[in-house]
Amino acid sequence: MNITKTRLAFQVFFVGLFLFLAFVTAFDRLKGFPVSLFLELDPLVGIGTSLTTHSLYRGLLWALPVVLLTLVLGRVFCGWVCPFGAIHHLIGWLSVRRSSPQQQVEGNRYRRINAFKYYLLVAFGAAALLGTLQIGLLDPIVTFYRSLSTAVWPTVDQATGSIFLRPPAYRLSWVFGSLFGLLLVLNVGWPRFFCRVLCPLGALMGLLGRFAWWRIDRDPAKCTDCDLCLKACEGAADPQSHLRKAECFVCMNCLNDCQYGAISFRFLPSVTREVAHPDLRRRHVLLGALAGVLFYPLSRASGELTKNFDKAVIRPPGSLAEPEFLARCTKCEQCLRVCPTNVLQPTLFEAGLEGFWTPVMNNRMGYCELNCVLCGQVCPTGAIERISLDRKLGLGEYRDRPIKVGTAFFDRGRCLPWAMDTHCVVCEEVCPTSPKAIFTRPVEVVSRNGTTLTLKQPYVDLERCTGCGICEYACPVKDLAGVRVTAIGETRSADRTLLLN
Amino acid sequence: MTDDTADRREFLKQVSRTGLALAGASLGAWWLHNRPTAVEATPVTLPRYDVLLGAGDPRLAIAHGTSVDTMVRAAVEALGGMSRFVVRGDTVLIKPNVAFDRPPALASTTHPDILRAVIRLCREAGARVLVADNPINSPEGAFHRSGIKAAAEEEGAVVRYPRPGMFETVRLGGVVLETWPVFYEPLREATKVIGIAPTKDHNLCGASLTMKNWYGLLGGARNLLHQKIDDVIADLASLVRPTLVFLDATRMLMTNGPTGGRLSDVVAGDTIVCGVDQVAVDAYGATRLGRDPQDLGYLRHAQARGLGALRWQSLNPRELTV
Repeated sequence: MNITKTRLAFQVFFVGLFLFLAFVTAFDRLKGFPVSLFLELDPLVGIGTSLTTHSLYRGLLWALPVVLLTLVLGRVFCGWVCPFGAIHHLIGWLSVRRSSPQQQVEGNRYRRINAFKYYLLVAFGAAALLGTLQIGLLDPIVTFYRSLSTAVWPTVDQATGSIFLRPPAYRLSWVFGSLFGLLLVLNVGWPRFFCRVLCPLGALMGLLGRFAWWRIDRDPAKCTDCDLCLKACEGAADPQSHLRKAECFVCMNCLNDCQYGAISFRFLPSVTREVAHPDLRRRHVLLGALAGVLFYPLSRASGELTKNFDKAVIRPPGSLAEPEFLARCTKCEQCLRVCPTNVLQPTLFEAGLEGFWTPVMNNRMGYCELNCVLCGQVCPTGAIERISLDRKLGLGEYRDRPIKVGTAFFDRGRCLPWAMDTHCVVCEEVCPTSPKAIFTRPVEVVSRNGTTLTLKQPYVDLERCTGCGICEYACPVKDLAGVRVTAIGETRSADRTLLLN
Repeated sequence: MTDDTADRREFLKQVSRTGLALAGASLGAWWLHNRPTAVEATPVTLPRYDVLLGAGDPRLAIAHGTSVDTMVRAAVEALGGMSRFVVRGDTVLIKPNVAFDRPPALASTTHPDILRAVIRLCREAGARVLVADNPINSPEGAFHRSGIKAAAEEEGAVVRYPRPGMFETVRLGGVVLETWPVFYEPLREATKVIGIAPTKDHNLCGASLTMKNWYGLLGGARNLLHQKIDDVIADLASLVRPTLVFLDATRMLMTNGPTGGRLSDVVAGDTIVCGVDQVAVDAYGATRLGRDPQDLGYLRHAQARGLGALRWQSLNPRELTV
């Protein structure tokens, strides 16, 4: 039947589109492409942020058509659209091609552990109700974007030199790459392992899909119980008995494989031949909810958002204050990908447990380019607001109120003119504000060999410094710079300002 | 005991196979033992790009006016025309200042209009034109926002972006810099080199003009050079002996250089200087910034090393208003 070929065409199209959008997420290729489109289509991102912020940010409205489609047709997103799912599908298909039909049938039987993704969803949902967004840890679209940005593109570029003008480096790149590889490899023994067992978006689709008006139906009069419909069943949805509506990806492979015409895709077939609800154990649901609920107070009790905030948590310009930021950041790392200087890096636990894998600046690796606001342009949830250049620089209607992400401090024990009788002030040279936020005072010293030197010793002008970090980046004392930026003074936080005005 | 040891054929096969392996292993080890590891590549020496001029030939032209294209043409004409310097078949590398991610109006980068005018003259003389620089800010942003990328491509020149692997160690033979990594890829093909610099205040060396402009060809740890900045800039003049240098003084960055950032830092100058002597052009440019050339350490060093004439008036400059 042609329908599986059509489905395959859709999968190829969406994977191609996804890879294209991920590839052009860079300054000179961005143009007007909607590079965060798949994140906006992702209902888990939309519903997750709705729970944490009670609002739906800009393009996240795109989740609505996907939800409506799922309510009517079931999990077509998983079978026809999801690019991560399509990759799992491909690897699973490649690995079972040489297996016998009976082995393939056994590999697609429903297993109790497939319910695990619902417990994950419950945990994420409970945490989101309390205001912390952790879906990004396992969301398929987020994971695919993140893996491409931090691991796949840099690897491809090392081999071919075709992606970057200047290759970026990402902390934890090996972690993201290994996890990505592991998830893909798991398909070899277990087709669509991620989709069936781990995917919280799939779980959400499963909950929505039970209202569908159309579904796969098996005619018992024609069925010979041969189980061939299971041979290529992507969702492990038991088409050979009572179809599990919440698991079926609507991939139509069973239609193809049934040799007796017993399988069809029908409008409102009898409910006696389906299992509408996902197969959940109440005890496990409660455990999941408990885990999600406890996550919030336990992570907040460590104090990283309040008393013990880390000086290294320098967020991108336009970021909301930390509690609101953590309610929106999906850890998709789109900002890391688009940042032209490679300054943005994922955290481990500097921003607390909640902030795991969220973006912060590392001024040893880059700096915040003055005239750049790209991070906010690609952020799908508004954790980084889509600020204008005027807003960032403090021009026009924002006169004299520029965005500061931190403040620079001189380390007079390491700065060359301060400590080593050596001329320098590269920091002042590259400081981009006008007037510069670094100024010097001349000082006469008698050097060790008796000559008199007039050194320019640098100071920070607190009112002008925006914390962009180019001073730290350019400082020749590279291992621990003679001038370093820390988060204090950032304008996004009322409790981390430095100057009185 | 049964006698089933190898027959003669089998014996020869096994002995030769193992024997080859023994010989291979031994030869391999002997060859590898104490092999010298890769030596430093020999530094490249750049050729001179300047053109031989006669004693009476003009060496410095100063054009005043408001149309950039007219001023550039007039200044070059006053030096004998572009064909005196660039001939058919030449590959000219034009080195503008694209150090910062700034719009042209802020005068911290070379203005695209003067780049267009010089590219046109070179192409009219029959040359192929490359445009290259190694910016301090990100290259994509700097080339785009300064207008240099669009101007170069519209005039038919090829832009070369710096990438890792495009740098070579080059011999400068200077007082501070013996050798240094240089953005060599565009220089590899160049037969002539023209610098186009904006007129800028500089927080450290006093002024950023045509000699400082070659800093943009350097790679490596350029942030170390500020420790001996005056000698290093003089060394740059011995790294590159250009065919021509242009100083864009149509608008000048008077304060807060070299990055600038406010329109109020910029003052109109309505002048374009063209010459073969970088020291003389810089000395004139210093006066336009309100500085005495003798106060600029790097100019004094360059003069002392015989790299050019600090007393620019002694070159009998052609000064004209168009």
